[in-house]
Amino acid sequence: MKLPVWLRPLLFIAVLLALWQVAIDRHPGQLLPGPIGVAKGILDLLQHGLLLKYVVASLFRVTWGFGLAVVVAIPLGLMLGWHRRGQMAAYPIVQLFRPISPLAWIPLAILWFGVSDLAAIFLIFVGCFFPLLLTAMSAVHNIPAVYVNAGRNFGLSSSAFVSRVLYPAVIPQLLTGLRLTLGIAWLVVVAAEMISVNSGLGFLIVDARNAGNRYDLVVAGMVLIGAIGLMLDLAMRSLERVRSFHWSISEE
Amino acid sequence: MAAEASMTGAGAGQKLRVEHLGMVFQRDGEAVSALEDINLDVSAGEFVCIVGPSGCGKSTLLNVLAGFLSSTSGSVTIDGEAVTGPDPRRILVFQERGVFPWLTVEGNIGFGLSKLSRAEREARIAHYVQTVRLQGFEEAYPADLSGGMKQRLQVARALAVNPDILYLDEPFGALDSITRVIMRGELLRIWQTERRTILFVTHDIDEAVQLADRVIVLSSRPARIKEILAIDIPHPRNISSPRYLELRDELLTQIGLAYEV
Amino acid sequence: MNSVAKPRRWEAFFWPAIAAAVLLAVWHYSVVLTGTKIFPSPTNVKTGVIELLHKNVLWADIGDSLRRVAVGFGAAVLVGIPVGLWLGWSAKANQVVNPTLQILRPISPIAWIPVAIIFFGVGDRAAIFLIFLASFFPIVLACVSGVSSVPPVLRSAGCNFGLSSTQLLRRVIFPAALPQILVGVRVALGIAWLVVVAAEMIAVDSGLGYLVIDSRNSGKRYDLVVAAMLMIGIIGLVLDFSVRRVERIKSVRWGFRDAS
Repeated sequence: MKLPVWLRPLLFIAVLLALWQVAIDRHPGQLLPGPIGVAKGILDLLQHGLLLKYVVASLFRVTWGFGLAVVVAIPLGLMLGWHRRGQMAAYPIVQLFRPISPLAWIPLAILWFGVSDLAAIFLIFVGCFFPLLLTAMSAVHNIPAVYVNAGRNFGLSSSAFVSRVLYPAVIPQLLTGLRLTLGIAWLVVVAAEMISVNSGLGFLIVDARNAGNRYDLVVAGMVLIGAIGLMLDLAMRSLERVRSFHWSISEE
Repeated sequence: MAAEASMTGAGAGQKLRVEHLGMVFQRDGEAVSALEDINLDVSAGEFVCIVGPSGCGKSTLLNVLAGFLSSTSGSVTIDGEAVTGPDPRRILVFQERGVFPWLTVEGNIGFGLSKLSRAEREARIAHYVQTVRLQGFEEAYPADLSGGMKQRLQVARALAVNPDILYLDEPFGALDSITRVIMRGELLRIWQTERRTILFVTHDIDEAVQLADRVIVLSSRPARIKEILAIDIPHPRNISSPRYLELRDELLTQIGLAYEV
Repeated sequence: MNSVAKPRRWEAFFWPAIAAAVLLAVWHYSVVLTGTKIFPSPTNVKTGVIELLHKNVLWADIGDSLRRVAVGFGAAVLVGIPVGLWLGWSAKANQVVNPTLQILRPISPIAWIPVAIIFFGVGDRAAIFLIFLASFFPIVLACVSGVSSVPPVLRSAGCNFGLSSTQLLRRVIFPAALPQILVGVRVALGIAWLVVVAAEMIAVDSGLGYLVIDSRNSGKRYDLVVAAMLMIGIIGLVLDFSVRRVERIKSVRWGFRDAS
C-alpha cells in the first residue's frame, strides 16, 4: 500500500496518539489524560482566554531574555574572538559557567530580583548568554584566513573591514547559533516561569498540577510548549535560508 | 579499419564483454541518455584507458561496469558471468576520499581480507605495503598521508583482495602534475608485475597514451564509442618519440581539440 | 586571528588567570562596597566549599548527581545510538519518525516533571527518566546527521568489498559517522548535567541541585549556594573535557580536522 509521502509521518503520529488513548482508557481513574483529554484542555484554556495570555507571556519573557543576551553576548563574543588572547582569557571561564544549569541560578535570581518577571528574564538571559558568547567567539575564529587576508590586501580600514568582511563572514554561523540558543531559551523559560508570578506556559504546568491535579492542562501545556518551540525553530531556519546568507552552504 | 581491428583486444580470453550497453537516467521526469550502444571486449591482463570530454559519461560507464549502477539496456559480463552488483572481484579505485579515514594503512589494506586467517592476512598486507611502497607507514592514518600516498593505499587495498578487474576512475585527477607522473610509473610497474586487467578512466590524453594498450574514445553525451585506438609502443614509452606524438595527435583530433594553444 | 605575534604556550594559562583574577576582584569589591550581608564574597564561598567537604555532604551529593547522570545518560546512549543509526540508515523510517521527534524535542525536560512524577513518583527514577529523555534527542539526531553525511564514496567502497548490509553498517557507516555521533554524545552529556541539577531541585532530595535549593531554603546560606554552583560548573567542565579527550583518539580524530 503506497501512501503519499507526506501522509506517512502523520499516520505514525496518529497511531501513537491512538495507542496513548487506548492506554489511558485501559486505566480508568488514572491521573494522566489521553489525547482527547488534552485537546479538551486546550479548548478549555482557549475559552477562558488563558491560552493566548500564557503564550504571549512566555514569548515575552523569552524575547527579552534572549534579546538582551544577544545584544550583550554577540558583540562581546565577536570582540573577544577576534583577539587571540581575548579568546584564551575568556574560554576557560565561559566553559566553567556554561554547565551550570540556569535553574541553579534561581536562588541568586530571587535574591537580586525577587519573585518576578525580571527574575525569570534574568534566568533566560543567563541560559543564553554563555552559548551565544561561545557561538560568536567560534564564528570569528572560523573565518577563513583567506577572507581576512583578502580584506587586508585591499587595504580596508578597520570599520570597513568589520562591515564588509567580518560581519558577512560570521552571519551564517551566528544564525545557526542563534537558532540553537533560542531553543535553549525556550527550554529555560518553562523552568524560569516556575518562579514567576502568575502567567506563562511553565507557570501553567506547575499551577495546574498544584491547584487541583489538572493533568489535562499540564499535558496541554506541554503540547503547546512543544508546538511553539518547533515553530520558533522553523522560523529561525527559514531565516537561515534567506538568499543573502546562503553563501556558506554554496561554498563547497 | 584500425578501429575495427582493435575492437577485440590483442590476445586470447575475453575477460570483460560489454554488449549494446545503454544507460538512460530519469531526471525531473525527462529521460536523459548517458550511454548509448557501448560495445567492448577486454582481454585478461589488458590495460585499457577510457577518455572523453568532461561530463560525457566516463564515470557512469565505469560505475555500470563495476556494478554500482544497473544499465537500462544491454549487458556486461565478466568471465561469462553477468555483472549484477558490486563485487570484490572487480574493485573500483575512486578519484579521492576513497580510503577509510578511521583505519590505518594496514587496516585499509586488510579491509577485504576478513575471511583469511590472521597469518595469511598479515602476509598479504605486508606484501602489498611493499608493492605500493608504503613501508614505514603501516600504522599511519590517512590524515597523515599525502594525496599520492592515499591513492597508492587505495590501489593496495584493491589489489589485496585479488580482483579479476581493477577499475580506476580518474585516480590521479586530484594530484599535482609531478605526483601524477610518478604515480603513472608506479601503476605501470605494479601492472607489469601483477598483470591485472585494468580499466582506467581519464580526461588526460597524455596519461592515456602513456599507460594504455588500447584507448577508447567516448563522444560527448550521450556517450558512444567514437574510436578505439591501439597503442602499439612497447614499454617503457618515450614521450618524445614520433609514434607517441602521432598517436597523441590522433587522439586529440578524435576528441576534437586543436594542436596549438 | 588578529594577534600581533603568535601567543606562547604559557599565555594559555596567563590570560584566563588574569581574567579570573579581575572577575574575582570585581566580585569581592562589589560585595564590600554594597555592604551586603547576604551575598557571599569569594572568601565566603571558599570557606563554604571547605565546610561542605568536611561535612562529607558534598561527596555524597556529587556521587548522587553523577550516578543519576550515568544511568540516565547511559541508557540514552544505549538506546539512542541504535535508533539513530537505524533512522539514519533508512530514509523511509526517518521520514516517518522525524516529525514526531521534532515535536517532542522542544518540550523542556522540566515540563516533563509532572508526568515523570506520575509514572515514577518523587525520587531517583523520575530524575533518571528526565535525564534519559533530555539526552535521547541530541544523540538520535546526531546519529541521523552523522549517518547521512557519510560520503557515498565510502559506502560504495564498502559495498565493493562484498559487505552485507549489517556488515556495512558496522564496519563503514558507524566508524564514518562516529565523529559526529561523539559530538552529539558530548552535547547530550552537557544537557544531562544541566537536567540532573534541575531535576534534583524539584523532584529529589539529594544531589548538587538539591544542595543549591536546600542551602537557600534552610538558612539562606548563599555561600553554600554559590559553592554548590561552582562545583556544578567544575564537574560539568570535567565531563565535557573527558569526551573531548575521546574525540582526540586517532581513529576518530580525522573527523575533526579541517578539510583533507
